[in-house]
Amino acid sequence: MPVAQYISWFADIGLKDRPKVGGKGGSLGELHRAGINVPPGFVVRTEAFEDFIEELERRSPLRARVAGLVAEDLEGMRAVSRELRTRIEDAPLPADLEQHVRDAYGRLSELGTARAVAVRSSATTEDSADASFAGLQDTYLWVMQTDSVLRRIRSCWASLYSLESLSYRRRYGIAESMVAMAVVVQTMVDARTAGVMFTRSPISGDRSVITIEAAWGLGSALVGGEVTPDRWVVAKITGEISVRDISDKAIRHAQAAGGGVEELPVVESARREACLSDQELDSLRTIGRQVERHYGRPQDIEWAIDRHTQQILLLQSRPETVWSNKDDQPEVAARVSDPLLHVMSIFGGRR
Amino acid sequence: MNAKLKPREFPLPSSVKVIPGTERAQSAYPYHIQFSKADDKKFWFYNSMHFPEPMSAFDMVTAEAAYCALGAANTRVHCLPTTLGIDHRIINGRVYIGGNAVTEPEEIARRTVEFQKRAFYYYENWESLYAQWKQKMLKLIEDAKAMPDPALPEFEPLEHVRAGRGIASNHDLLVTYQKAIEGYFRMWHHHFEFLLLGYGAYMTFFAFCKKAFPEITDQTIARMVAGIDAEIFRPDDELRRLARRAVELEVDAHFLEGSPVEDIMRSLRESGEPGRRWLEELQSSRDPWFNINVGDGFYHYHRSWNDDLSMPFAALPGYARSVRSGESLQRDVKRLRDERGRLIADYRELLANDEERAVYDQMITLAHRVFPYVEGHKFYCEHWYTNLFFNKIRSFGALLAAHGFFAGAEDVFQLTHYELEAAIIDLMNAWSSGSAPRGPAYWPSIVAERRAAIKEWARHETPPALGPIPDVIDDPAIVMLWGITRESLDNWLSAGAAMDSNEVRGFAASSGVVEGIARIVKSVEEISRLQQGDILVCQVTNPTWTPIFQKIRAAVSDIGGSMSHAAIVAREYGLPAVVGTGNATSKIKDGQRIRVDGGRGIVTLLH
Repeated sequence: MPVAQYISWFADIGLKDRPKVGGKGGSLGELHRAGINVPPGFVVRTEAFEDFIEELERRSPLRARVAGLVAEDLEGMRAVSRELRTRIEDAPLPADLEQHVRDAYGRLSELGTARAVAVRSSATTEDSADASFAGLQDTYLWVMQTDSVLRRIRSCWASLYSLESLSYRRRYGIAESMVAMAVVVQTMVDARTAGVMFTRSPISGDRSVITIEAAWGLGSALVGGEVTPDRWVVAKITGEISVRDISDKAIRHAQAAGGGVEELPVVESARREACLSDQELDSLRTIGRQVERHYGRPQDIEWAIDRHTQQILLLQSRPETVWSNKDDQPEVAARVSDPLLHVMSIFGGRR
Repeated sequence: MNAKLKPREFPLPSSVKVIPGTERAQSAYPYHIQFSKADDKKFWFYNSMHFPEPMSAFDMVTAEAAYCALGAANTRVHCLPTTLGIDHRIINGRVYIGGNAVTEPEEIARRTVEFQKRAFYYYENWESLYAQWKQKMLKLIEDAKAMPDPALPEFEPLEHVRAGRGIASNHDLLVTYQKAIEGYFRMWHHHFEFLLLGYGAYMTFFAFCKKAFPEITDQTIARMVAGIDAEIFRPDDELRRLARRAVELEVDAHFLEGSPVEDIMRSLRESGEPGRRWLEELQSSRDPWFNINVGDGFYHYHRSWNDDLSMPFAALPGYARSVRSGESLQRDVKRLRDERGRLIADYRELLANDEERAVYDQMITLAHRVFPYVEGHKFYCEHWYTNLFFNKIRSFGALLAAHGFFAGAEDVFQLTHYELEAAIIDLMNAWSSGSAPRGPAYWPSIVAERRAAIKEWARHETPPALGPIPDVIDDPAIVMLWGITRESLDNWLSAGAAMDSNEVRGFAASSGVVEGIARIVKSVEEISRLQQGDILVCQVTNPTWTPIFQKIRAAVSDIGGSMSHAAIVAREYGLPAVVGTGNATSKIKDGQRIRVDGGRGIVTLLH
């Protein structure tokens, strides 16, 4: 069986491959191809998941157990979830699949400075852009050895059968045959600073500003709400910084000695210090514009700055959803036959 | 922000007292601009943007002529639907103004019909009408230049007699004086011929941008609209050109910092051919580009560069040094134009859909059409013409001083223009009758009294506004020209309460953050106090101070919006600027260390 069926490198995939590489994988491939720096990595495609599940199905039915659940039966769901997750986490990978993953991880380790990787679920449903669904999946940081990588891939697959995922699918009647899971394996960024960037104001919906939030260390502290991030509002076109809110950042997430993430206190002198320089803010702005242009719509972007290279790397980009769903309603001003009539908005008095 | 607090009230006009001892100086102003009890019903604000210092009796003519013309344009010529003109009053030398809003829906509708017939004609024919305007202004300037300086010979020249002229020289005084006054009033009509329409078209685009991009800064919109080669940049451009020429001719060593202009001129004249050639270049720049005031042109003592070369000469050493160190000092017009084009295109791309883009295109086209006037008129009106006018009045001052009316020519500005006509007629009569004029026994004590009153008035703060606070300020003239909104009034009212805060807020006019020493410059005479690297803190920023922008690190002003010329110049120089703070000159102490954040419009007082 050709390798491409199980493993795809970022350079070889894009958004159109989402049915097989999931939303996260497709997005990272697309960004890489657009010339944006992302931590190098590969995707364990849904074909791997399918073959793995297929082998489990041969022993005893799996998907049929989910299809038989009713949305209201929480207890039944919990039991099935527990059972299926254990089955998935305990089952070995088919031998050839395991070899492909080992080879790919080996290659990746040669590329990066460290062997540490992030193993991230990259879910796919028919509507793989569904951000809220993607949010239910798991991510494992600072995974260090091959065996751990293999274990975490199974954990990602298993997370597709978490109680939350199951109840979501039952509630929305998503067919089990439509559900598959790809897994992203990418070099871990030893982040000095990490954060998110919205290329459209979450507050006003303004498309001309970029809101950047950032904190020291790994982005998990910020995404998990454990630290109040520094916040800037930057004009997308001119780069002017209109808001600088520097917060007291008491903690940061960092690599734990034996793998995984630990919470550390931020040294006193750095707590109230801005975690991004103006130059970095401007680089982020440029990247944000580039990504938004590439996709043709506003984006929510996760990024990190490598502690060693000071390079900005993008971890994820997805379309902004809050304001774009409201966009049908407000109209700034209607075109008029005589352009001069526009001045009546000033001279004509209050409306 | 202080919505929950019960708003404090502004004092009623009738409660503002003439400062004791200045009653007679106050009574010099004509009856119709004195506050009366009836004025208590109306809202007034102190026009500190145009008249930041107490006005002398003569200078009041500027308020009179300007509001006469502004109101005519709004009320009768273009028929603005929601507003008529502006009333003005003077107390303690301070000019208060109040707008007359139109609120009846039927009346607004009636005026809208008229407005669209008139204003739209102007918008449609803007370029040709503006070309015609320039011709009118240049003609008016030529006429003013052609006016003879007033003089009274002992005997009428023989050629007048033989030519059968039939009028004597004393009549010429009256003709010249009345023509000067008439010309000044006429100039102000020209000034307002396009102004409100121009600002309105700009504001239309401005409001659209604020709606489409709620977080866009005022200065970004201003940059999209601002002209690249407006007349207002020319005086400074000429100065830079002269610095380049001086280096080319190798005469720049004559520009000694702090040395008097006459000494520099003499040493250039005596230095031989290159020095003389540079002086010729200077001469060609002076007419007309040095006809620029060191102020806004609203006070007789805002002298032009031509009248006082020390201002432009103060900038020459610095410019020459820059040229020596390899800077071209030439404004890169093409680059500025390209940047503006890119800015407009980039924001256009961000709009939601093609419908919005079509509207954006319509509006910015109109804004660009009107803007040359908005930026250009000041040079012709407030600077060039106003200089000629005040200098003509000054020549009457010199004549009257020669006849014993005054100690010096400048005293003439302590008379109202009505009183000045009486004094001139006094002299005309005396010359004709052969008697002594009455003026020498009459005016000197009045002049002294009025000079003392102005000094006294300047020592007292005056309320920023008077009378009942309107619920809404919906007068496009007030909003556009003075940037006054209900919100800014609330800020004024709370300014007293916030005195202990270490912040001053205003419009973010030009971004960047710097710290430095604040130099409070309350009048033109104090400009020389600015040291290299100071932060300029003034009541009203003025573009004619442009050459000092090479000295300063940031600018802060009490009054002005993001389209004030100073804001534009600050952006060109890349200096942070916060304008329209309301109270920076009173809150910040001279010599105090401050931080100016021009991107956010915040000045922080450091200790």
